[in-house]
Amino acid sequence: MSNSGRPLSPHLSVYRWPISMTLSILHRMTGVALTAGLVVYVAWLMAAAGDAAAYQQFVELMQTPFGRIAIVGWSFTFFFHLFNGIRHLFADTGRGFEKSQASTSAWAVVVCSVMLTLVYWWLS
Amino acid sequence: MFRDADARVLVVVVNLRSPLRNALGSGSAKEGTSHWWAQRVTAAALIILGAWFLLALSHSTALDYDAVNEWIGRPWNSVVLLLLGLTLAYHSSLGIQVVIEDYVHGSFLKVVSLILNKFFHAVIAMAAVFAVLKISFGAA
Repeated sequence: MSNSGRPLSPHLSVYRWPISMTLSILHRMTGVALTAGLVVYVAWLMAAAGDAAAYQQFVELMQTPFGRIAIVGWSFTFFFHLFNGIRHLFADTGRGFEKSQASTSAWAVVVCSVMLTLVYWWLS
Repeated sequence: MFRDADARVLVVVVNLRSPLRNALGSGSAKEGTSHWWAQRVTAAALIILGAWFLLALSHSTALDYDAVNEWIGRPWNSVVLLLLGLTLAYHSSLGIQVVIEDYVHGSFLKVVSLILNKFFHAVIAMAAVFAVLKISFGAA
């Protein structure tokens, strides 16, 4: 073993998983979930373009407990992907890469998306 | 001896890359950064379009058939909904494409998945456009 005092590669046993890594994975997962939401969004448009009975069927499906949970879930997913997307666009300009900055902005994304989901459903 | 030969080969390789090739920056896929850039531009557009849609949705308490048709059919609403549908489909197709490229292995399965991704989003985009146009033109 070298004892030159150079930095060593991460020791997995003492490695602390950073929040920014969780957000990076969640960004992709929420993106995939939003594609499923996009199908429902288009189904809503198509139902509205159809007759009233078809639209009523769609509304009833969305008012089932499963439908409600899915819609609230998609709203959070949307806010998360939106805020983290803005964070990514900011990072693309080469700013905010310090460990402390990246962690702070990551937690800000989590707090903002939870808050906005609550505010959105509280208002509507 | 060997070192001289290697150096000569290296010089030839460097000379084969014309300055234009470096300037264009298109890489081996001849696409350059267009995918990456399109993803960012659609993301920026979706900040505005998405915020508009959620604000509009939270303002309308009635989501019944007639109210929704009337709302979609208003000219500016139709225009923004068309932009929203197309931008969502494009942004989504770019994102899912990257996921497939990263996780689907084997060239056959990968190519089939990538083509199906394009087909899927073509259907999504077409349906989003058709539904809005049908409501909008029907309402006039």
